[in-house]
Amino acid sequence: MNATANPVADAIVTPRPGPPLWLLFELTYKCPLHCVFCYNPIDFTRTGTELTTEDWIRVLRQARALGSVQLGLSGGEPLVRDDLELIVAEAHALGFYINLITSGVGLTEARLQALKRAGLDHIQLSFQDSTREMNDFLSSTRTFELKSKVAKLIKKYDYPMVLNVVLHRLNIDHVEEILRMAEEMGADYVELANTQYYGWAARNRDHLLPSREQLQRAEAATQRFRDKVGQRIRVFFVVPDYFERRPKPCMNGLGSIFLTITPDGTALPCHAARMLPGIDFPNVRTSSVESVWYDSSGFNHFRGDSWMKEPCRSCPEKAKDFGGCRCQAYMLTGDAANADPVCDLSPHHHLVTAAVARADAPRPAVEKPLIFRDHR
Amino acid sequence: MGTITPSLRPAIGRGLRLQWEPAQNAHVLLYPEGMIKLNGSAGEIMKRCDGSRTIAEITADLERTFATTDLANDVCAFVSMAVDKQWLVIQS
Repeated sequence: MNATANPVADAIVTPRPGPPLWLLFELTYKCPLHCVFCYNPIDFTRTGTELTTEDWIRVLRQARALGSVQLGLSGGEPLVRDDLELIVAEAHALGFYINLITSGVGLTEARLQALKRAGLDHIQLSFQDSTREMNDFLSSTRTFELKSKVAKLIKKYDYPMVLNVVLHRLNIDHVEEILRMAEEMGADYVELANTQYYGWAARNRDHLLPSREQLQRAEAATQRFRDKVGQRIRVFFVVPDYFERRPKPCMNGLGSIFLTITPDGTALPCHAARMLPGIDFPNVRTSSVESVWYDSSGFNHFRGDSWMKEPCRSCPEKAKDFGGCRCQAYMLTGDAANADPVCDLSPHHHLVTAAVARADAPRPAVEKPLIFRDHR
Repeated sequence: MGTITPSLRPAIGRGLRLQWEPAQNAHVLLYPEGMIKLNGSAGEIMKRCDGSRTIAEITADLERTFATTDLANDVCAFVSMAVDKQWLVIQS
């Protein structure tokens, strides 16, 4: 850019964004489970080799120096990496607040002890359902008993117990039982997160999208539980955005606080952004975190509002929802700069209402089989 | 939660961490899935809530440090709000 000599051009340059406060490391795409609602890319086996321990530690130091403070360790299953304890220890020494996001598979007492010593702050354990049959079916494994044991271990080591259950058509009717299970396990927080339709979940959408009636029953059951337990257990219910009339403020705007590093070092402004065509996302093997965050075209592309089209561009709500989710706009309309079709002002909103109408039909005609996340 | 009185000893809630963040020029409270950026007075009160000092002692320390008086009601009101939000717990 050659704008330094022009005071007017300087004055209209977008202000420097704040730091990437929230850092997510997807340490590996390897995972012992095969969940049908996984948001990982369908072609995850075709991504490059995983970063080394030294790479992850360099990124930690650079990000912390910029002001990153929340660190999520995810995947795939992060416990597959045998250097997880080293990464946690370094992050702790740097002052990160560290969250392990895990299926629990591989979390032995010895590893939990080592992670505690290394300074891990908390653990978010995912369950697929309250019943062994459904949990094992949806993840295509036999993990229910194992997860229950891990939940006890997490309590034993005095971690706040954060239970995450991804909801969808096949388990949403079990919300009452799921919450009862959470209470028995001594959960402090429960996230009932309705499936977001990316990656494997997008492919399985017609199997997974609940009906409006199912959703209302689940919300009512959640509220009854909240009234019963009060402050003792915090329950978050994330509504599937297909049922909304305005889009979610995805990532609080791309490039505003979230920074995801994928297993091969590609840096993304959200977990799913790799799908966006024609955008060159930088890699931490060749760029510093500072240049990734502040200077790369991939991160600057969707900052501000000059990329927006109508109806977003002139919309008074654009500062509130940033036009919604770029990935959803791309997946449903073919153009990532369009309004998220969840918005009823979008000319593509009928695509969302049609999917909901199919879900509301008594027996949706589904020709495709349910596809489990797998290597292919 | 009951009434907050000056003889109680508040401490940072379980699973939460309070720390100074130079990049934000503020104390922040970190918890699973979130972060609260505290304003100056909230940070000064919370960093003194170590579970060993009473609210009266914390108030006296603040009045000394900032050469002021009559903070008792403000400190009690803040602690009461923070206990409601589970940022602080009262040590028994």
